[in-house]
Amino acid sequence: MIFQPAIIALLLSSLLCIGLLLAATPFAIDLIRNWDLASGSERQLLRERRTYLLSTLLAFVFATQLLALLLFVFNADRMASLFVGAMCAVGTLQANAFGFPALLAQILVFFLAAVWLVINHVDTRAPDYPLLRTKYVLLLCLLPLLLAAALLQWRYFLALKADVITSCCGSLFSDATPGVTADLAAAPPLPTMIAFYLSLLLAGAAALLYRRWQRGGYLVALLSALAFAVTMAAILAFISLYVYEHPHHHCPFCVLKPDYSYQGYALYGPLFVGTAAGLGVGAVQAFASVPTLQSVVPVVAGRLAGLAAGMFAVVAVVASLIVLNSRLLLLAN
Amino acid sequence: MIELRQIHKAFNAGRENEFRALNGIDLQLPAQRVTAFRGPSGSGKTTLLSIIGCLARPTSGRVRLHGRDISGLPERFLTDIRRRTFGFVFQQFNLISGLSATENVMLPAYPLGGERRALQARAEDLLAGLRLAHRRTTQVELLSGGEQQRVAIARALINEPPVIIADEPTANLDTALAMEFMAIIEQLADARRTVLLSSHDPLLVDSSLVDRVIDMRDGRIVAAAAAAGAGG
Amino acid sequence: MNVWIEKQKYLIDFTLASLARRKAKNLGLLLVYALIVFLLASVMLFTHALRQAANELLAGAPEVVLQRMVAGRHDLIPPGYLERIGRLRGVQEKQGRLWGYYYDPVVKANYTFMVADDRALAPGTLVVGAGLARTRGVAPGNLISFRAYSGKLFTFSIADILPAKSELVSADLVLLSEADFRAFFDIPPGHFTDITLRVANPLEVRNVAGKLAQQFPDSRPILREEILRTYDSIFSWREGVVLALATLALLAFAILAWEKASGLSADERREIGILKAIGWETGDVLRMKFWEGALLSLSAFLLGYLAAYVHVFHFAASLLAPVLKGWAVLYPRFELSPVIDGLQVTTLFFFTVFPYAAATLVPIWRVAITDPDAVMRG
Repeated sequence: MIFQPAIIALLLSSLLCIGLLLAATPFAIDLIRNWDLASGSERQLLRERRTYLLSTLLAFVFATQLLALLLFVFNADRMASLFVGAMCAVGTLQANAFGFPALLAQILVFFLAAVWLVINHVDTRAPDYPLLRTKYVLLLCLLPLLLAAALLQWRYFLALKADVITSCCGSLFSDATPGVTADLAAAPPLPTMIAFYLSLLLAGAAALLYRRWQRGGYLVALLSALAFAVTMAAILAFISLYVYEHPHHHCPFCVLKPDYSYQGYALYGPLFVGTAAGLGVGAVQAFASVPTLQSVVPVVAGRLAGLAAGMFAVVAVVASLIVLNSRLLLLAN
Repeated sequence: MIELRQIHKAFNAGRENEFRALNGIDLQLPAQRVTAFRGPSGSGKTTLLSIIGCLARPTSGRVRLHGRDISGLPERFLTDIRRRTFGFVFQQFNLISGLSATENVMLPAYPLGGERRALQARAEDLLAGLRLAHRRTTQVELLSGGEQQRVAIARALINEPPVIIADEPTANLDTALAMEFMAIIEQLADARRTVLLSSHDPLLVDSSLVDRVIDMRDGRIVAAAAAAGAGG
Repeated sequence: MNVWIEKQKYLIDFTLASLARRKAKNLGLLLVYALIVFLLASVMLFTHALRQAANELLAGAPEVVLQRMVAGRHDLIPPGYLERIGRLRGVQEKQGRLWGYYYDPVVKANYTFMVADDRALAPGTLVVGAGLARTRGVAPGNLISFRAYSGKLFTFSIADILPAKSELVSADLVLLSEADFRAFFDIPPGHFTDITLRVANPLEVRNVAGKLAQQFPDSRPILREEILRTYDSIFSWREGVVLALATLALLAFAILAWEKASGLSADERREIGILKAIGWETGDVLRMKFWEGALLSLSAFLLGYLAAYVHVFHFAASLLAPVLKGWAVLYPRFELSPVIDGLQVTTLFFFTVFPYAAATLVPIWRVAITDPDAVMRG
């Protein structure tokens, strides 16, 4: 375990989020079991008020997870100096088996929380709250995932041990951290580049089509998820290389550093927002046939689709600018 | 336009201190009339007004507004209907001290998010119409009782609701001010608004401006009749 | 969208007015909040600046230092070692170093005596660190005497004082010529304290160290990167300890925030009751309270952070320095170069705004669900 402010902050915040959600679980179960909008009883009024508490809580957890994701990556990068062979966040995250799983779990929690909030938003726009039970069942499903993410993070941080000189022995005893490598494997640049633009184009086009004709909402979600994955691969395969102007440094994290004028934020920000919006479009399709939602879903999903399309366009533009402004010639001849 | 069916309202239901404020109210309130609810305190007037005005939900029974059943709506939607349909004048004027008269008048419109300049102009017009133009930037706690009530009336009108609900509006006013209030109500009635009053002030209830008086006792309607001096 | 923005503007407006109307109460909370931010930010800014300073200083240090061990203790390098190293791939330069500690009974402090390798000093002259110059009250040209461990008294003249910039590591430093050093500590010619090696390619450093360890089983190579790493982790650790202690303060603060949020005055309760009665919805009140918290947090954060910045970088962290530095008797007095770091700001945010938000969540909800007809029921 490394005793560091950022780690303490991450652990405490995940603990608190879980505590809050666990405390809210009985309320959620009560809502699932006893919700009856037709009743004017005081219990039902109280239940209705608790829905406000639960939405606020989830929004809070969501915001926290977003910040925690940032802090997690930030901190991983900074800790690189503590491990032999680690040059940046990649090395730190590979310092033990829990680093990358913890990161992925965190990202997953982020997207699922975003989708939950979208469903919640849709639900509260219909006067009979048709998804109330569904969304609280989903909330209960989210809880184990949050627990798992927190657990991975705990395991990761607890297993970290800095390679520090001890008074009795010299340097060479400390080089035994296994599996630390500076780079991640990456796909070949040219095919990835084609796939990258193609996937963004498809996702953006699907979103625009949805916005225009309200068709193919699931496709939007599917293509958004695909675009997310392909963009991550593209960042590894070529965008990062152009940022660093170095043909072998495939790192998805260093782009966030001040050394590279924070270009990563311009890339990741729209990518995460766009993907979350795209997933949201798909998530609400399941409820498009609910009578009271028939007019709500197309409006909300249409707006989300517009957002997704816009964000994917920004990703494509930012990536192109990075490539064009770079002095690296990756695809010469 | 407002229809109540078998309205019951109980507080602390199922517990020792259970209190049944309303016991099966059936009522139809036509639009563009002045209706007064009369009865001793504890007779359920205020509870009934708050259920009509969507401030509270009945424990059981149905409320219909323009033919739409609104009794099963969640707070979010009920509030939305309330904002657009009802303006309230309370017995204690319930102004927020520290804010100016204009700001107080504007408050109910904040959640609607309209354009500020238009909203402010509307608030100032309302205040001017109630002879408060010179007081519009004064903090409300510095106003006299009558002025405070006029600010409260202006606030009730800011969202241009078709229905005004006033709970014991003259209880804190002397006779002169009560007369003034009634004059304002008369103007509103002339402007074809629906007015619902609760009061046991004979000056108000027995006046010619009230079209219909409903007597209440123990959460029930005991008599409903066109008021003696009803004009129309 | 426009409606949404307009609405938030109204809510912020109202929040500002309502904050201003309860100045005393909110100012108190703001001050406590800012104080917490100030404390934590001071710790973080200070340790970070120290780490940075150490990094910068060590940047010029040799990549590898070879020390000889006898019975597990650091011992002198005997003659011939430097030559035996011979030619190692990647080593640009190798050099024997002479340094040692001296306890000065006059000021009851330890000095580091060292032979200057980058400046030629005439025999009988010294260059001293600023901290030492301050405590002994000497200036260039003055004479200073030390009694050697052998009992002999040596008198030197001060040639120069080291710049205050490097004071973090040079406060207690005394630079002298090789001949003086050997005479003062009785070290025969050919012996050295340790050997330094310069390696240009960072990837070669470990190989060089490995070869040295093989060739001289009685010696240990120490790498600069490992010193850096150790410093880093020590500084972070200290920061962590202080912050862990500060968690208690945070807890107290969270309780205060909870208290403030749930113990709303009757006045405020009435106000929210009125708002609900005249057409505000639970969600509107929640949003209004959200803006209130956000404004309060933001101002407290800015205020506390600015104060901490001034404290650390203009007043040299005078409140914290003894806790966080303190490894020598001569406290270095130095200007830290200002560094603001994204990670730290984010972490600080987590340590302050997050507990505040979490603590006020439930109380705010409790107020927001006030019955709209409460004001009618009196």
